[in-house]
Amino acid sequence: MSTQTLTIGKALNLGLRRAMEDDAKVVLMGEDIGRLGGVFRITDGLQKDFGEDRVVDTPLAEAGILGTAVGLAMRGYRPVCEIQFDGFVFPAYNQIVTQVAKIHARSRGRLAMPVVIRIPFGGGIGAVEHHSESPEAYFAHTPGLKVVAVSNPVDAYWGIQQAIAHPDPIVFLEPKRRYWDKAEVDTAATPDPLFASRLVRGGDDVTVLAYGPMVKTVLQAAEAAAEEGRSLEVVDLRTISPLDLDPVVDSVRRTGRCVVVHEAPVTLGLGAEIAARVTEACFHSLEAPVLRVGGYDTPYPPSKLEEEYLPDLDRVLDAVDRAMGF
Amino acid sequence: MSVSSATEVVDPVPGAGAPHLPRQPDLVQLLTPEGERVEHPQYSLDLDADELRDLYRDLALVRRWDVEATALQRQGELGIWASLLGQEAAQVGAGRALQPGDMAFPTYREHGVAWTRGVDPLHVISLFRGVDNGGWDPVATAFNLYTVVIGAQTLHATGYAMGLQRDGAEGAVLAFLGDGATSQGEVNEAMIWAASFSAPVVFFCQNNQYAISVPLERQSRVPLYQRAAGFGFPGVRVDGNDVLAVLAVTRAALAAAREGQGPTFVEAFTYRMGAHTTSDDPTRYRLASELEEWKLRDPIARVKAYLSRSGTADQDFFDAVEAEADELAARIRRGTTEMPDPPGTAMFDQVFAEQTPHLAAQQAAFEAYQATFEEASE
Ligand SMILES: Cc1ncc(C[n+]2csc(CCOP(=O)(O)OP(=O)(O)O)c2C)c(N)n1
Ligand SMILES: [Mg+2]
Repeated sequence: MSTQTLTIGKALNLGLRRAMEDDAKVVLMGEDIGRLGGVFRITDGLQKDFGEDRVVDTPLAEAGILGTAVGLAMRGYRPVCEIQFDGFVFPAYNQIVTQVAKIHARSRGRLAMPVVIRIPFGGGIGAVEHHSESPEAYFAHTPGLKVVAVSNPVDAYWGIQQAIAHPDPIVFLEPKRRYWDKAEVDTAATPDPLFASRLVRGGDDVTVLAYGPMVKTVLQAAEAAAEEGRSLEVVDLRTISPLDLDPVVDSVRRTGRCVVVHEAPVTLGLGAEIAARVTEACFHSLEAPVLRVGGYDTPYPPSKLEEEYLPDLDRVLDAVDRAMGF
Repeated sequence: MSVSSATEVVDPVPGAGAPHLPRQPDLVQLLTPEGERVEHPQYSLDLDADELRDLYRDLALVRRWDVEATALQRQGELGIWASLLGQEAAQVGAGRALQPGDMAFPTYREHGVAWTRGVDPLHVISLFRGVDNGGWDPVATAFNLYTVVIGAQTLHATGYAMGLQRDGAEGAVLAFLGDGATSQGEVNEAMIWAASFSAPVVFFCQNNQYAISVPLERQSRVPLYQRAAGFGFPGVRVDGNDVLAVLAVTRAALAAAREGQGPTFVEAFTYRMGAHTTSDDPTRYRLASELEEWKLRDPIARVKAYLSRSGTADQDFFDAVEAEADELAARIRRGTTEMPDPPGTAMFDQVFAEQTPHLAAQQAAFEAYQATFEEASE
């Protein structure tokens, strides 16, 4: 049987296992990923099966994790770095932005950087500060990095393998509050390409875009909207850099309305870039400006306030109403 | 009294043999695990009976607070709790070494130090309940807000110490960090800065043997206090479960800093008796036998034994502390369950000293949006 029901977490675990079986050069590095199996258990059992040289519990130093990954990559390894939580990527930010991202260009292609940086991202788990951040725009803004965000077990299973096999550095964002969401995964299927967006629900009135944890929220909003006779078309962007907007443009030319949803603060978030591009490509079809729904321009709040901070079904529908009102 | 600057490697590579129970001729101890008062050639401590009893009281109350908080988390009242179980002596000893004019920079586990600074336990609880990022006033209490990003506070502490130095102020700074934190680049930068500017800062490292699941051996091949020598200042290892020794060593280090002798690294050798946090399951990575060994070194039992045996405290005293702990626990429980949620607008407040027009507009839109739900529910 090639089909099994997996959570996103388990799908990632299985995908990592496959990647390690397929290529002996794949090395997992991170804090607590070995014996503990990671704080979210994404690497559970992998050190036991592949050994301490392939699944490395690192010292507590993120700059070290990414900096040594560069050297290992130069030796032909494929480091897969786990950052324990989104808010802890910043000690490694220097290595990612000034080194990992630029080495291919600087070496005129003589050095490849097949480094995967796995980051559980986003809020909604009731955590203390620095555990609920959405830092994707920092990375998408950095030339030389690719950024993807998975939303479901199927993409988690295939995506992590595709990212590891890919020759460029990839920031691989995992929707931590959805780690326990389940779906059927056919491990014998032919996967969709990594850098492609996907239409996940057809509709006529408004095109709604999301990635990572917000895909589920938007699909729920689409259900609710349908009950009120409003039809939303939903696209899971899947890839943040590069963006794959062709399907989006096709959709918006039909609906004339577009709403972008992410947890990250609205200002200069992915929504800003998408709004600009969609406006450029669809100017004559637009019935309303492209609207953005996101986090407020405040530090991520204490968890008692996160429900008010995070975009939810109501805020998506509110934006849909506003788009329809133009 | 001076601070020792041992540089000679006395331990085998940690991890070889019994890593958590190494022989340590240079471990500063004034009270043995059995509660026997011993002298140390470099560190002496003269406390009167009241002071000794006060230390016991601190330890007992801090533990009770911690146990109550863990229970509250289990009952769903807190999002998470980082227990200090087993580290009471390290924290109370360090905290009680502080003098007026000194400043402390904690991690996220220093509830015992918070206690010694007079921080209301509920102001710490509110952070773990998700109400705020710590309710206390870091200026009024001379106890900075908790820092969750590992090691970042060691640089803040160093800069603060440089400020004291520039101002010709009396005080010194106590920077807390864990064993895992010593691997962070920023922590190493802090030690370089502190040394270069001879800043009046004491790095107080609670070596509780683990960084979540990762044992000390992954962070260091030498005992941590020996790192100090490489940065050019003294390092000393103290029995972190001995409140008297911690108090004596930290006092000496802070005094040296105040006198212009620059930084010291104090390694309080201890053990995290609980999980990393309530989200953690330590049975996945450490042996029960290790815990059993450390139970014999309990930081509170030895003080109790000493107080009893020396006639410094009687059963009435211990009963009174117990009753006070019960009261404290009840107050914490009541205060936690009755703690109001913050208003939604709290996230917009004080983002800036001068709010921007953009954020003000966003807040107004937020309030208007929230009001639509209130109208709907009316
Ligand atoms: C920069 C950063 N990376 C990772 C984490 C996640 N994390 C929280 S506590 C911890 C271990 C800290 O160990 P140690 O310094 O020994 O302190 P202890 O928790 O034992 O008191 C880790 C890895 C973090 N908070 N900050
Ligand atoms: Mg530790």
